[in-house]
Order: sequence, then C-alpha cells, then structure tokens
Amino acid sequence: MAARKFDVRAYPGFAYITALCLLILYVPLMVVSVYSFNSSESIVVWEGFSTRWYADVFVGSESAKFKVAARNSFFIAVIAATVATTIATFAATAMIRGGKFRLRALSFGLISLPLMVPEIVTAVATLIFFSSIGFERGILTILLAHIAFCIPFAYLPISARMQGIEDTYEQAAMDLYATKRQAFTKILLPLMMPGIISGFLLAFIISLDDFIITNFVKGAGVETLPTAIFGAVKQGIKPNIMAISTMLLAFSIVMVTISYFVSKSGENK
Amino acid sequence: MAGGAASGGSTQGDTYKEARNWLLLPAWVTLSILVLLPVLLMLVYSFLTKEFRGGVIWEFSLGAYDQFFFDRGLFGDEPPKLEWTYITIFWRSIWQAGLATILSLLIGFPTAYYIATRSEKVRPLWVFLITIPYWVNLLIRTVSMRFMLREEGPINNALVWSGLADSPIQMINTNFAVQIGLFYSYLPFMVLPIYAAVERYNFSLSEAASDLYASKWTTLRRIVLPSVRPGVVAGCILVFVPSMGAFLAPDLLGGAKNFMIGSLIEEQFKGNAGNWPFGAAASMILLSLVLIILTLYARQQARANKAGA
Repeated sequence: MAARKFDVRAYPGFAYITALCLLILYVPLMVVSVYSFNSSESIVVWEGFSTRWYADVFVGSESAKFKVAARNSFFIAVIAATVATTIATFAATAMIRGGKFRLRALSFGLISLPLMVPEIVTAVATLIFFSSIGFERGILTILLAHIAFCIPFAYLPISARMQGIEDTYEQAAMDLYATKRQAFTKILLPLMMPGIISGFLLAFIISLDDFIITNFVKGAGVETLPTAIFGAVKQGIKPNIMAISTMLLAFSIVMVTISYFVSKSGENK
Repeated sequence: MAGGAASGGSTQGDTYKEARNWLLLPAWVTLSILVLLPVLLMLVYSFLTKEFRGGVIWEFSLGAYDQFFFDRGLFGDEPPKLEWTYITIFWRSIWQAGLATILSLLIGFPTAYYIATRSEKVRPLWVFLITIPYWVNLLIRTVSMRFMLREEGPINNALVWSGLADSPIQMINTNFAVQIGLFYSYLPFMVLPIYAAVERYNFSLSEAASDLYASKWTTLRRIVLPSVRPGVVAGCILVFVPSMGAFLAPDLLGGAKNFMIGSLIEEQFKGNAGNWPFGAAASMILLSLVLIILTLYARQQARANKAGA
C-alpha cells in the first residue's frame, strides 16, 4: 500500500479534547487536595502550606465523630467485601465451570440486578424491606445491604479471570487423582487469585464509598464516613472536610492502582 | 450491563457441573432476599395507604399514583386535574440527564477514539487514567465540583482575573451546575464502552473510504460512527440512567429549586413529612422508565447481533 500523506485514523482536535477530558476529571480533585493543605481557616484564600487540618481530623473537636465513622466504614467494608467476594467466587465457578444450564441467564440477571436498578431505588426498597420485617436499622442493616450491592462488583473481575483459565489445568489434576475439591482449592483458586483480589478490592471501595444506600438504611446516630462527610458538607465546606476527603480519595486511588496491577500481573502468568 | 456479552461470560468447561446449584445458592439467596424481594415489596407498598409519620397502613390504595398524576384540590373532592408538580420534576430529571449525556458524548467520543488509536502498549494505561476518577467517592467528587463552582471558587476567580467576566457568575445552585455535576460524575461511563467499540473497529474501512476520496469527516460520520454505534448507545445509557436517578448532584449543586426525582424520593423517606407509598410509587415510576430503556436497548442489541451473524 502506498504511503499516505496523512494518517486516516487521526482527527485534528481529538487530542485536545482528550486532554480537556482528563483535565475535567482530575482538576477538581487536585484543587480540593491542594486546598486541604491550606493553613487558612477560610476555604477562599490561600495562606500557605500547612498540615493543620490533617491534625485537626485526628485530634480536633470533631475527631471523635470521624473516628467512629471511619471505624464503622472500614468494619462494614471489610466484612461486606469478604462475604460478597466469597459468594461471587462460588457463583462465578458455577457460571463459568458449570456447563450450559437453563437457569444460567436468569442467574446472571439476578447477579447483575443491583447494577441495573437505580441505586436510589435499591435504597428505598431495602429500607422498606427492613422496616416491614421490623429489623431495627443500624450497622447490621448497612452491612447486609452492602453485601448484596457489592456482589456484582466482585463477580465481574472474578468471572472475567476465570474465563481466561482453560479447564485443562483441573482436568490434568483430576487425571492425577485429585478430587474435584482438591482441583478447586489447589489449582483453580490459586489461578483465579488475581481476579479474586481485584474483585475484593473493588467491592471494598464500593462499600467504603457508598452514600445513597447507607443513608437510607442506617439507623439514627449511626454514621459511616460518607454520611458523616455529607452531614458536615450540608453546613458548608470546611477545611477539615477537605482533608478527610483527600485522605479517602488517596486511599481509593491506591486501592484501585493495586487492583489494576494485581490483575495485570495475572495476565502475564 | 453494557455490551452484547452481558450474559455472565461464556462457559469454559463443566468441571463443577454437579456442584453448580450449591455454588450458586448463596448468590441466589442473598440477592433474592436483599434485592429482588425488597423491590417487589416496594411495588406492594406503592399501592398501600400512607401513615402520617412515615410507614404504611396495610390497606389497598391507588392514592400514591393518584397524587403523582392528579390534583383533586385541597380536600380531594374536586374533579381531577393533571398535577404538574411531579411530572415537572420527572421531566426536569429526564432533561438534565439528557443534557449531561450529550455533553458526555461530545467530550467522551473524541477521547475514547483518541485512546483507542494509541499503541497497544499504552492503551491500558489510558483506560486506567479514565477509570480512576470513577472509583473515587462520588460524594467527594460532587463536593469538589461544588468547591470549583462556588461564587468565590477557582473557576470564578479565573474568569474575573482573566477579564472574561466582570464579576463572579452565579453557577452554584443552578440547573447548569447540576448538568455539569452529572456530566462529571458519569463521564468515565461514556468513554469506556465507546473505547471498547472503537478498539474493535477495522480501520481498513477508513482507509478504503479515504481511497475513494471521502473526506475525514465524511468517513467519521458515514463509516466510523455507524460501526461503533453499539458502543455509543451503551455509553449513553450508562450515563443517562444513573443521571436520571441521581441524588447527590442535584442536592449539593442544584439547591432547593432544582429538584430531581432522586431528591423527591429521598424526601419521602428521610424528611418528617414522609409519605412512604408516594415515595415507593415515585421509585416504581423511575424503575419502570429505566427498565423500558434497558429493554429497548437489549432488543436493539439482539437485532444487531442477528443482523451481524
């Protein structure tokens, strides 16, 4: 083929729009992060670099409230992500290693239901459910709601990973007299591990970040970090809120980055 | 949710065929009890009678839907007129979500196209860059948008400093702020499916078009766009659907005057004037709208697959 004078694939301006897109996505987050290091009481003027608002989060007047909220958030996220990942791993094994079966499409519909129903509808429905059976709202209701909501987020990376693993590995193990259970725990599970870890981390972040469902099913006086932040923001954005937000933001980014590299490292094996 | 492969992934062997039902049982039980059953219960609640301090009386009533669509006067004895308050809120939600979708498409399509035409090695990194903001807490992102759009915020400061505006522009608590907030919240959802579609696109089609003297823009419009349409449609749905039911962006950026469905629903359950059947009915209407959109999408997808096969 003759050399072209221009690249048919390239369009002028697309690179600029891509740059604009990244700016839009990142600038607000960066601005808030930078201002969280402002030494001023006010969020309007920049008065120099300081970490006083970070100190304020840990020892300031509102620190007790934030500590409880953070503890609740992490407690719920660890348990919800663990349970959801376990359920999702079993489900993925059935869906990918179970051959074709009649309920397969229906099962997948059920698994992805939390993704299709708008979050606020899930929140309303869950609240109505707990209230109608007389289940008192508190940490436990948040936890149960999060487990269900996190399942599809854990399921997707796990099933994607399992699809990439041929069943010849288990077959070989079983030819060598491994039981199915051994083939699962000794062969399949280790091979799936990158998918499982990445599913766990995503479920963890989804739970940690959730506001809408938590806001509906939490009892009075029970707060997680997002609901505490929301309550505080309603009174106006204060610098200590920006410090907490920046920490949470950094935490999420670190988790997602780990998840990315774990699932990538799995690909090269 | 997005794309034609939405069937849970293809099977890969049947080693665990016998254990299948046991393995699926935890997922079935959890999701049936905690998602499916609650949604059905919500449907039931939308047909019950309201109790004044939140909650319901177990008596069948069409009151919630009636209140949504009709105005029967203060004492409920006048002939019904169409009630515009809630229909307006719904219409505003659709309108706002639509504008946010168009804005996302205008920025998202060129971005997705640009990323998909990078070398294979750097593409995952680009995709990763686009994905990161999605994983950052939506509340924090909305708060940072509020921070940006404030009267004394960085955008207004920049506008005044550069002389583009004489005085700060009122952006917060407007419809515009809500559109920007929704656009910002769900932009990554637009880029990813379009990216996936462009990546699969066969660029020799563009070359052929160019050889036949089609201009670049004609090629884009007549060849590229039709080929990647499924990705564009998926992206639009992924932005439109969550935007319509959004709560945080209208609440934190729109102020009291720019109510959307999400806020209307929230008010019925969190506020003191709670009307649970009405909230359940509004949720049902929102859910039906979303299911209609998803069904149309699935049907169109199935037709496209059939045509392609």
